[in-house]
Formats: sequence, structure tokens, C-alpha cells
Amino acid sequence: MSPTSTSTWSFAWAVRDTFTIARRNLLALVRVPTSLVFAIIQPIMFVVLFRYVFGGAINVPQGVYVNFLIPGILVQTTIFGSVGTAIGLAEDLQRGLIERFRALPMARMAVLGGRTVADVVRNVMVVVVITAVGFAVGFRPTGSVVAYLEAALLMLLFAYCLSWGFAFVGLVAPNSESAQAITFPLIFPMTFASSIFVPVASMPSWLQGFATYQPVSQVATAVRGLMNGVPHGASTWISLAWSIGALVVLAPLAVRRYRRVA
Amino acid sequence: MPPEYAIEVDHVVRTFNDDFRALDDVSLRVPTGQVFGLLGPNGSGKTTMVRILSTILKPSAGTARVAGFDVVRQGDQVRRHVGLAGQFATVDENLTGFENLRMIGRLNHLSSSDASSRARALLSDFGLDDAASRLAKTYSGGMRRRLDLAAALVARPPILFLDEPTTGLDPQSRQDLWGIIEGLVEGGTTVLLTTQYLDEADRLAKQLVVLDHGHVIAEGTSAELKSRLGATVLIVTLASTDEATRAAPLLSDLSSRPARVEGTVVELNVDQGPSNAVEALRRLDAQRINVAGLALREPSLDDVFLTLTGHRVDAESATDAPALPARKQRA
Repeated sequence: MSPTSTSTWSFAWAVRDTFTIARRNLLALVRVPTSLVFAIIQPIMFVVLFRYVFGGAINVPQGVYVNFLIPGILVQTTIFGSVGTAIGLAEDLQRGLIERFRALPMARMAVLGGRTVADVVRNVMVVVVITAVGFAVGFRPTGSVVAYLEAALLMLLFAYCLSWGFAFVGLVAPNSESAQAITFPLIFPMTFASSIFVPVASMPSWLQGFATYQPVSQVATAVRGLMNGVPHGASTWISLAWSIGALVVLAPLAVRRYRRVA
Repeated sequence: MPPEYAIEVDHVVRTFNDDFRALDDVSLRVPTGQVFGLLGPNGSGKTTMVRILSTILKPSAGTARVAGFDVVRQGDQVRRHVGLAGQFATVDENLTGFENLRMIGRLNHLSSSDASSRARALLSDFGLDDAASRLAKTYSGGMRRRLDLAAALVARPPILFLDEPTTGLDPQSRQDLWGIIEGLVEGGTTVLLTTQYLDEADRLAKQLVVLDHGHVIAEGTSAELKSRLGATVLIVTLASTDEATRAAPLLSDLSSRPARVEGTVVELNVDQGPSNAVEALRRLDAQRINVAGLALREPSLDDVFLTLTGHRVDAESATDAPALPARKQRA
């Protein structure tokens, strides 16, 4: 067998192994529906809180607040969803499943690949549900359907790339509780000191610089712009650049850590 | 024609955190087609050895070959020839028994239908038919252990690593598992078994090594080990410590090893348990020493250690039993 065909085969195996692991993780989602329920209930609470409690006090530059809010909540939810990657991997490690996988003749990448792919599928479900909830509370996006799908793809891609960083966290953490605790201080400032819930212009000037340029705000601006059909500068391209950059840096980090953990 | 030795380990060292040597210059040869026992207390390096041989860990120094393949340079081939099961029974709790085995089959690159039929066959072999479509989290300890072992056998590996397969099992599940292991060896499988139980090593293993703090302190057949030890332990309890001190020298010639005195108890390793016991009673009675109790028991790992090293199983390592498969504890 020539080297090319060997590597083609091993690539095919890697893809198949990845899907086998992804399937296993999605089955767990069905078997333990509480995690999915919480992944959906939490953003619904944010929707209700900001739509009906805080929303009246928040002024947005154009349009109605609900059209500003829902794209932001979607971005926040997908980012929170990628935290699941850290918790899931930490659990597998704790239970010794990673050891079992490492003693199998499977593609080593597949454990991380399958986990992140399953987490994207979970995020797709959450995006669909929150979109429906948004419509129920008066969200009426003014952009095209195609632009809406582009926005969804953009935030799913961003969350996917980020999940490689959370994969690293999951492999470093001693257990799943710590994994969750470690991610909190990472994502809290990124999602709240951002344009997800309120316009950055309403923040104190010292915070505006960070809040405007940090990646989550760029993604929120792009997603909101696409969904509502309003100009959003270069934010789409900046978001794509952040996503690819995150993937290029974080994926090798996670893979290296995976090779080392025992 | 399989190689003479399924596993060849040469001068393997494994250190953790730069200073702790979990394995310190261990060499061993496991002949193809039999059970080889790795006997030792917690913390002696048994699990570290299994993890190195199943390519989960790399040795810090030395070489190891499994099925003729180097564990460091030919990990892929090694993984195609081995199955791993152990005390932690790593099954996916959120999958059914069938789904667990099917997944392992798929990851061993069986076709979809082969993976399913193999899973069904194993579930039936291991008496898990009725539980096949129940989530593994509802399984009892013994059922989990059987599922874990079945998972290790999905790809029909010629070499099987069993890391303390019966630790924490009830006597019946233990007997069942022993029967399964014997059946596998009859079918030609080579088994590397780690255990803390002398009776388990005695029952299953043709040859064994005893590990202590990462060193091999004895090797040979189970019979050889026992002949150094005496087949039975005779325990005589006296009415007072004073009488125990007087009794010990009267009995010491019954054993090839010195009698041990602890408080009111005298312990001896003897070869003919019952007749030695009668003889002991006769001598003590003749000297009017009051015997409060007398017992015979099978020698344990602790006795092996006393005989070989002069000390009991390290209290610290013995109580440091890992409750969870956390990474540090398994070092």
C-alpha cells in the first residue's frame, strides 16, 4: 500500500471514529436530558429578564430592544454551550473513559473531535429553541432569512472554535466541578462586558474600549447586524478572524494536552 | 505461530513528578497462552505497568514489547493486539450495555453489523442478555465488571490486561469472573493479571512476580512461592503475652521460618496444617501453657511480604486504596 492511500484510509477512520464518539455524546444528551433542559432554561430566563424587567430601561440606537436583545442572547447561549465541552471531557477523564479510549486502536483526535462536534449539534438545537422563544416574545428580525442563517453559522463557528479552548480546560481540571468553576471567570467578563445585552455606548468610557473590541462584542455586532439587516462594519470578518485564530491556537493546545494526560 | 513471549519488559523505569519511582528497573517475560500474575499491594506499581503495556503511559526508561511490538514506537499495532479491563470498570454510564459494546466495536473498526452481532454475542456469553438495553448506570458492581471485561474482548485480542479484576467484588461474582478468565486462556488468550490476592494469583496464574514499591521482589510459579512460605498459616492465641513469649520457642521448629509473636498471638508458616496444629497443642499442653484459641488460614499477600521483606504490606500504601480512577491516585 502506498503511503498516500494509508493516510487517506487513516483520515477516513479518523472521521468515522469522530462520528462514533459524537454519536455517543449525543446519546448521553438524550439519556440525561437535564443538561439540555438547563442549557435551554437559562437563556429563556435571560430573555424574560431582559425583555420584561430590565429592557424598558435600556435604550438602543435603532429599532426596538427585543430585536437588539435576542441576537445577543443567542451569542451568549452558544458560548455558554461550548463550556459543555470542558465539563464533558473532565467527566470522561474522571470516569476513566479517556483511558479506555487511549488503549483502543482508534484515531486519537476523535475523542476531542467527537466531543466538539456533539457540542455544536447541541448548540444548533439551542439556537432553534431560543429563536422560537424570541419570536414568542416579539422578536421580529428585519433582515433576510439567508442573513439569519449566516448569522447562526457565524456564532456556531465562533462557539466551536472556542470549545477547543474549553476542551483544554476540561483536560486540565481535576474534575468536572472544577472545570465548570474555571470557565466561569473566563466567560463572565467576555459575555457581560460586551454588546450582548446593552449598547457599549452606555458603559463608562474606561470599559468601552475593551467592550467594543473584544471578540464576543464583535460576534454580537455581526450577528445582530446580519439578523436585522443593518450595517455592521467589518465585524463579520473580524469575528471570522477571531474564530480561526482561536482554533489555530487552542486546538493544538488541547490536542497536546490530550496526548499528555493519563 | 505466536512468539514465545507475549510480553517482554526490559529494565522499565517510570517516574512521576521527577522523584517518585513507581517502577524501578522492572523486567519480566510473559509466556504466550497463559495467565501471568503481577502480585502486589496498592502502590506497588502494578497499575503503572499495565498502563505502560497498554500504551496509555510511556516508560521513563527501558523497553517493553507486546505481541512483538514496541509500546512506544509501535503503539498502534500494540493497541490492535490488546484488551484492557480493570477494577474501575470504565463503562459509559449513559449508554446501554449493548451500546457500550457496539461503540467499542466501532472504535475497533468493525463494520456496523459486525459490531452489533459481536456485542450481542458477548452480552449473552456474560449473562447480560436481560440487561442489554438497560443503561449501564443501573448495573450492579458485578455486572459492570462483566461489561467492562466484555468491552475488552470485543476485538478478540490475543493479549488481555486485567487490572485487579475482582477487587471489591462479592465472592460469587469473583468465582464467575475466575471461570471466565480460565475459559479465555483455554481459548489461547494470554492474560496479564494484577491482583492483591494470593489465592487469586494461586488459582489462575501459572507464573507470577511480586512487586513492592516498584521492584520485583520475587518471581516464579505459585508453588515455588508457597514452598518458601509454607502452605498454611497457623495462629495460636495464648491467654497472656507472657505465655506467648514462652510458647514461641517451643513451636518454632514446626516452621521453616521464625515464629512471629504479636501480643498474645503466635503465627507460624507450616506445611501440614492440621497435624502441625495438633502437635502444637500437645507441646503447649505438656508445658501447661493456656491456649485461648487456634486457627489455620491460607497465607495472604501480607504473609508473602512478611516472608520476603520482613515487613508487612506498607500501611500507608495499603490504606491509600484509590476510590476513584483519578489520575494522581493511580500513579
